[in-house]
Amino acid sequence: MGRVVLLSKRLIACLDVRDGKLVKSVQFVNTKEIGDPVSVAKKYYEDGLDELVFYDITASSDRRDIMIDVVEAVAEQVFIPFSVGGGLRSVQDCSRVLEAGAEKINLNTAAVSQPRLIGEVSAAFGVQAVVLSLDVKSTISPTVSSGYEIVTHGGRNPTGLDAVEWAKQAEDLGAGEIVVNSIDADGTRDGYELMLTRLVAEMVTIPVIASGGGGQPEHLYEALTLGAADAALVASMLHYGAFTVQDIKQALHGMGVKMRMGG
Amino acid sequence: MVHIVDYDAGNQTSVKRALDYLGVEAVITPDAETVRKAERLIFPGVGHAHSAMETLKEHGLDEALKEAFHQGTPILGICVGCQILLSRSDETDLPCLDLIDGACHRFQPSDHALKVPHMGWNALSKAREHEILKDVQPGDEVYFVHSYYPAPTDTAAVYATCEYDVPFAAAIGYKNLFATQFHAEKSGPVGLQIIKNFAEWDGSSC
Repeated sequence: MGRVVLLSKRLIACLDVRDGKLVKSVQFVNTKEIGDPVSVAKKYYEDGLDELVFYDITASSDRRDIMIDVVEAVAEQVFIPFSVGGGLRSVQDCSRVLEAGAEKINLNTAAVSQPRLIGEVSAAFGVQAVVLSLDVKSTISPTVSSGYEIVTHGGRNPTGLDAVEWAKQAEDLGAGEIVVNSIDADGTRDGYELMLTRLVAEMVTIPVIASGGGGQPEHLYEALTLGAADAALVASMLHYGAFTVQDIKQALHGMGVKMRMGG
Repeated sequence: MVHIVDYDAGNQTSVKRALDYLGVEAVITPDAETVRKAERLIFPGVGHAHSAMETLKEHGLDEALKEAFHQGTPILGICVGCQILLSRSDETDLPCLDLIDGACHRFQPSDHALKVPHMGWNALSKAREHEILKDVQPGDEVYFVHSYYPAPTDTAAVYATCEYDVPFAAAIGYKNLFATQFHAEKSGPVGLQIIKNFAEWDGSSC
């Protein structure tokens, strides 16, 4: 065996945006406005964040153009990669977001109802541009052998799809990265769903991003080691000011996780 | 004034935004004649070497880029715009621009932990000094997204390296040409500094 040089683990911040405003939802309900996504993104960038995800939860489709304005404003000031998701149902929708300055498309519910969208977007823009987010809940349904089921609509709609099998299918269809978002853990700040994250990471050969439940740097450490994730996604632990980007990165670095420090 | 070559390669807008942020005047152009006459060029790229070469040929941009190079125009290639400066790539049967002798190869890691594409932040090591890398410190990390890596025949063309399953050339250069396999436009302050250095470079190699 030659020497193995692993990439730095990535710290990714997720910004939920509704009508152009940063909001935070707990288990997809009780959303509240907590700021301006552009200035928050810039602050995190300047503090050394590795990547951003913007999730547009604007309810009405005729207000989607507000998100394009947000993407353009972010791209003018923030020089790290970012993805955009929410309400993207066609290659044309995705093309607008990429042209506005995003590197990656984040597909979620749309990919469950029309899986071929993954392949179409990947063929049009490359696998590196396709991030698939899986919303997952644990289940006792005997037809879901891993015990983890894909859900949509914030967890209200079970799909009967096994999350671990669906992750593998998504990779075969052309996804370049997978976000494993545990609806059970989302917003609890009690830690990531480690077993689920690890099952997916062992099933696919593309990068896996742990999501849902991060509240302490130790939780990220667990996700990046025990959970075998390549990146960890955080939201409330940054947005409410309990930790800065540097706090988290310094803590992980101190625990021996390879992180991009400084620069 | 910097002209950014537009051949539907994906990241020309991000490159333009980085130049705007730095206060460097920049124009995106798909026009071969404009490329020939440009005083300074950035040649970006995302995606496949094959479709990139096809699109360049279709618009006569391959010849325009070669002419610009031979006239001494400072040129910065980025990602696929770095790879296809070489003679050939494992990703396409089409000959590439052949401005630097060598080829691009695909990563073939034996270790499951090493994923392809090589996507994320990784550290640079300087192989030799260059004006464009003058502010880069050992260990500075930059953002990569690629499955193929450049391998110039002459190691004197390698200015910075990075390690993955194999050590590979992360920045290459020859005469008035410089190119980064990483996305300088998405590599935070380190990447912006590299772009700024290019905007001020007179095109002479060290």
